Amino acid sequence: MIDVIRAGMLSSVQDLGRTGYRHLGVSSGGALDALSLEIGNRIVGNKPDAAGIELTLGPTTLRFTRATRVAITGTDFAATLDDKPVYSWWSLPVQAGQELTLRGARHGMRGYVCVAGGIDVLPMLGSRSTDLGASFGGLGGRALRDGDRLATGVPQPNKSAVFSSAGTAFGVKAPAWCKFVYVEEPVRRGKHTPGNAWSLPIRVLRGPEYETFTQTAQRDFWNEEWTITPNSNRMGFRLAGTVLERGDKADLLSHAVLPGTIQVPPNGQPIVLMGDAQTTGGYPKIGSVIRADLWKLAQARLNSGVRFIETTVEAARHALAEERMYVKQVESAIAMHAERLDR
Amino acid sequence: MTPPKIHPLGDTALVCVAPPPATLECQRRMWALADAARLWPHVVEVVPGMNNLTLVFDPLQADSADLAQQMKTAWEEAAEVDAGSAEIEIPVRYGGADGPDLASLAKQLELSVDELVKRHTQADYIVFFLGFQPGFAYLGGLDPTLHAPRHPAPRLEVPAGSVGIGGEQTGIYPAASPGGWQLLGRTDLKLFDPARHPPTLMQPGDHVRFTALEVLA
Repeated sequence: MIDVIRAGMLSSVQDLGRTGYRHLGVSSGGALDALSLEIGNRIVGNKPDAAGIELTLGPTTLRFTRATRVAITGTDFAATLDDKPVYSWWSLPVQAGQELTLRGARHGMRGYVCVAGGIDVLPMLGSRSTDLGASFGGLGGRALRDGDRLATGVPQPNKSAVFSSAGTAFGVKAPAWCKFVYVEEPVRRGKHTPGNAWSLPIRVLRGPEYETFTQTAQRDFWNEEWTITPNSNRMGFRLAGTVLERGDKADLLSHAVLPGTIQVPPNGQPIVLMGDAQTTGGYPKIGSVIRADLWKLAQARLNSGVRFIETTVEAARHALAEERMYVKQVESAIAMHAERLDR
Repeated sequence: MTPPKIHPLGDTALVCVAPPPATLECQRRMWALADAARLWPHVVEVVPGMNNLTLVFDPLQADSADLAQQMKTAWEEAAEVDAGSAEIEIPVRYGGADGPDLASLAKQLELSVDELVKRHTQADYIVFFLGFQPGFAYLGGLDPTLHAPRHPAPRLEVPAGSVGIGGEQTGIYPAASPGGWQLLGRTDLKLFDPARHPPTLMQPGDHVRFTALEVLA
C-alpha cells in the first residue's frame, strides 16, 4: 500500500494508455511523458506498461506501508526519502513506513513514481490510466487526494537481487543526458521573444491542411516562437504567438485527431493535442508533433517557449528507433548490474 | 463514387478522405473499410469520422506506403455494409426540467410542441461515428425542419442523458458537460459504461429511434 499524505497539484494513476477504443470516443490518456514511465517501471522490475503515479509540479508526499522498490523519473523534483536526498532515475529500496517527498518540479512539469508491482487499480478498457475527462479508470476516475490509499500489485518474479527491497540503489542514464534527444535546429531567422532566450525545439510533420494556410502563416509557423499558455492541460497545450491565417477557409467534416495533432481554431492560435484530448475534431490541422518528441513537449513548462522544426517521416521513424535503442541500453545495463550482484 | 484521397496524419496515422458532400452510401463503405482494416497487422486504432477513416499504426512495425496501398485496394473492394445494424430505442422525457428549450424551440420553429416531438421521434437516425466524448454519437437523419442554431453562450452544465439539437445534428450528451445545444429532453439510458462490453450503447452504423415517455410543455 501507498498512503498519499500530500497529493500535490495534479497527481493521477497512469500507465501507457488505452488503445483500441478511440472509435467509441475514448481517449488514450496514459502518462504524457511515456518514456519516463516506461524507464521507471523497468528499473523497479515491472513490465513497461505497469501503472505509476504521474505528478504535475508537486509537492507530493507518499508513505510506503511495506518494504518495496521505487523509482522517480521524469523531471527532477528535489526528492527526499525520510529527509535524505534521493536521485531521480534511480531504483531505490524503500523500507516499511518510509516517506518519499517530492518537493517540486525544478525544470520540467511532470514526474513519475513507479513502485515494484505497479499501482494496482482495476483495469478498465484494457488500461489502469485515469481518464479525468470521462471520470473512470485509475483511482475512482479522479485525481489523487490527500489521504488516498493505493494498492500495489505483486512484483514480477525475479531471481536476481537487483530489484530486491533489501538490495542496493542503482541509477540509469536519464534520456535528457543522451545524445538521441538532441535535435539539430536550422539557423533561426524568427524574432526572439524578449526574456525567453531558449525555446524547446519540437519536430513536426506538415498536417493535411498545411497548404490551406497563407504563405505568411506557413512561414511564421516554423520561424516564430510559441508560448505555452497557462490554459494548457493533459488535453491540449494552447499556444500563443503570431495569428495564423488560412487562405482557404473551407470547413472540414469531423475527423479523427490524435495526441500530437496541431489544430488551428479560428482565432489563429495553435493547440497541440495531448493524451487526454477528444478523439474527433473539426479544426484544420497545420501539423503533427512526431511521436518521439511528444514526451519532451509534455515536460515543457507553462509560459515557456516552443519552436517547431520541420521534419520528415523517415526522420520521425529514426528518432523513435533511437529512443527504442536507448531503452534497450537501459535494459542491458540493468542486466549487467544484476549479473555482477548475483555472481 | 469518386475515389477517396489517402494522406498521412503525423508519423503514426493514415487518413482516407472522401470528397464532400457527405453521403450515407460513402459512410457505409467507410464502415466496411474499417471492418477490414481492424484485422490488419500493426494497426492499433481504426476511427471513422464523417466520410473519412483514420488508421493509427505502430510506426516501427508498419510500412505506411504499404498500408496506404492496402487501404486503396480495400476501398475498391469494399461493399456498402450496414455496419452495426442494431436497432436502438431511446426513451425520452420531453420538455419540463429535462428539456428546458423544448417550448421556446417549438415557438422559434413555428411548430406546436407535439409536432416538434412527433418529427423528432418519427425519424430513423443512423450513427455515423462516435467522438467528442466517450459514447457520443453523431447521428444522421434529423428532419431539416428541425435544424436549429446553438445557443450563443453555452450552458455551463448540461446533465448526462440530455437530448438536444445543435445545427443540423441531434444527439445525446453521455456525461454532464458544458454545452450549447437546444435541449429537448432527457433519457435515463447510460450511453457510456466502461465496465460494460462494448462500453458504448451505440456503435457506428446502428439505427436509432427516439420515443416519447412523456411530453411536458
